[in-house]
Amino acid sequence: MAITSPPAPAAGRRPGQPAPAAAARRSGPRAAGRLAPYGFVAPFFVLFAAFGLFPLVYTAYVSLHRVELQTSEQMDWLGLQNYTRLFEDPFFWNALGNTFTIGVLSTVPQLLMALGLAHLLNYKLRGRTFFRVAMLMPYATSVAAATLVFAQLFGRDYGLINWLLTSAGLSPVDWQASTWASQLGVSAIVTWRWTGYNALIYLAGMQAIPGELYESAAMDGASRWQQFRHVTIPGLRPTIVFTVVVSTIGATQLFGEPLLYEGNAGGGISHQYQTLGLYMYEQGWTFFHLGRAAAVAWVMFLLIVVLALLNAAIAARRNRTDR
Amino acid sequence: MRPFRARRTAALGTAALAATMLLTACSSGGTASKDAADGKVTLTIDLFGTFGFKETGLYDEYMKAHPNITIKQSDTQDEAQYWQALQTKLAGGGGVADIQGLEVGRVASVVQKQADKFTDLKTVGIGDVNDSLVEWKGAAVKTADGKVLGAGTDIGPEAICYRTDLFKAAGLPTDRIELAAKWSTWQGYLELGKQYAAKAQPGNAWTDSAAGMFTAEVGQQKVRYSDEGGKAVYETSPAVKTAWEDSAKLVADGLSAKLPQWTPEWNKAFSTGKFATLSCPAWMIGYIKGQAGDASAGKWDIAAGPGKTGNWGGSYLAIPRTAKHPKEAAELIKWLTAKEQQVKLFTKQGSFPSSTAAQAEIKSVQDPYFNNAPIGQIFSESAAAMPAQVLGTDDGVIGKAFTDALGEVERTNTAPATAWQHALDNVKKANGN
Repeated sequence: MAITSPPAPAAGRRPGQPAPAAAARRSGPRAAGRLAPYGFVAPFFVLFAAFGLFPLVYTAYVSLHRVELQTSEQMDWLGLQNYTRLFEDPFFWNALGNTFTIGVLSTVPQLLMALGLAHLLNYKLRGRTFFRVAMLMPYATSVAAATLVFAQLFGRDYGLINWLLTSAGLSPVDWQASTWASQLGVSAIVTWRWTGYNALIYLAGMQAIPGELYESAAMDGASRWQQFRHVTIPGLRPTIVFTVVVSTIGATQLFGEPLLYEGNAGGGISHQYQTLGLYMYEQGWTFFHLGRAAAVAWVMFLLIVVLALLNAAIAARRNRTDR
Repeated sequence: MRPFRARRTAALGTAALAATMLLTACSSGGTASKDAADGKVTLTIDLFGTFGFKETGLYDEYMKAHPNITIKQSDTQDEAQYWQALQTKLAGGGGVADIQGLEVGRVASVVQKQADKFTDLKTVGIGDVNDSLVEWKGAAVKTADGKVLGAGTDIGPEAICYRTDLFKAAGLPTDRIELAAKWSTWQGYLELGKQYAAKAQPGNAWTDSAAGMFTAEVGQQKVRYSDEGGKAVYETSPAVKTAWEDSAKLVADGLSAKLPQWTPEWNKAFSTGKFATLSCPAWMIGYIKGQAGDASAGKWDIAAGPGKTGNWGGSYLAIPRTAKHPKEAAELIKWLTAKEQQVKLFTKQGSFPSSTAAQAEIKSVQDPYFNNAPIGQIFSESAAAMPAQVLGTDDGVIGKAFTDALGEVERTNTAPATAWQHALDNVKKANGN
């Protein structure tokens, strides 16, 4: 943004003072100056074209062909057959459903907990910085490391969680084979990793809310809970919309956690926690059907665009009704 | 000053953390080899499961005889993951080792689809390495136009491994010959299992998984997943149907420990004794030794299994077209699969030779780890009766679909008929066009 602000000398000019005559002669450099911003932003767009746009378009091209990894030089035109086949495949709908349930199971508790944690951290606490850094630790941990540890905890025969359950006199749970238990297991990893990150974003949003609002609310006799509901939440609305959009995209693309949960792309013996990302990976890298995998990738991309637009529309409508 | 200091400490902590992560992230790189200049060659060999070359000291022996060669082995436990990684590397054209292992369930796919991605071993100066092997072993890696894409290592004659201590505790006989007679059929095996279950401690199952039994039983038939013409017959093949029904019965009788094979939990169960018997192709001997460890020596024994035959697995060594040192790799392959080395591998590791000359030499081998069981005799008899299996391009995928479905039967109480349908669906998902 700073690049587009007016040149510095103009700011120093007093009102009424005539513009320096020299300015008229500087049209050449000024044109260069007008082009300079494009030069500055160009690297991003060049890189984006090479590593973002080209793969996107090429994936679309591949998705219209039969391409097998084992014989990847050979491409046979299929038209939209990869897509029609996809929509007839019950495993695709299963993966879509799993992505949705795991998304809800992980995103909703995650954002609620993040909001609560941010609210607590907004108070003046001893060792506040320590807590803030500590909250970011799970986010900084690699998916692989976190998932491997969780997979051990959720082990059926030797896992800590089942050991606790049995010592409490409950029956152990098969955290891998059972549908709900495995989805909860995967969601737990996601929640653990992302709660702190979202809490910090909320915290930043909360600190931007002017203190006077709380003071006047307190003067009007609002309790802490009422302050939270009527000052904090409305003040945080843009931040909340942002985290919801980002988490929705993340949940739609969920991949690493379910892949490493049992270490295979099937997403469990009944595919009970196979997400769309895993389904795509399985088609491409377990069954070697690259064309079909590319079709899944494009469907996922469109799905995310639709979800993002939906989020934006809902946010816009709420804003309008509030005014 | 205090808040400032606190913030700086926190910042330092964060920086240190970030630095550690960067370091961990970087430590996996560095594959460049700078040999050739001084005549030294580093050969890479990438395998799955336990081939036993390293464990038997064969690399050390070879490197001593060839001071200019250094051998580096990498391995993946689960063959399915290994295969997937290999395919990715072959498609990308980089990152393959000089020597890659191939499982027998994948060779048909390599021969029919990827002959151009591997070196014809006849062109690298080692002749037809499979000449001295049992006939079907060599035939399986030969293309229609006569290219030899791999050298045969071991084959997988089947038997049953069992825990004598658990058998004793349950009041079962522990004598090999007596047991082999009792479980001469799979029905007899299930029957004895019921007797075991009636007296065994809770948490000690008869066998590890339905998948293990299924794979062993299917492996006894000539035609399994596809017929001689390459047509898929898994849906109607009697081999698959019978093995499926018996395995489902195993689950219904409560005889399975419900452990998914090739997972950490399965591995742990070898030493904790969660199961009393295991379908044991010869190479499983090395796997058991590796997982159960020295502490379990003497607890295990081996007897001829139901049907006294069958083949499960067995492997090949191949040289990808893009290998850096095909000549040196070929020399090493020739040596590793030669008679003397095959004999050594069986004696120490249990990998049963595919070389007929080696087979003649190992007939009297006993294994002290398994109570001096006459493994030479047991596996030789099993190998002698072994059918020349028909191999299809999708055997690996189909086998996995069925064993996964059996996992559903034992772990999620899915009805066998439903799970059977799941298996068929899964094969279609993988192959169907």
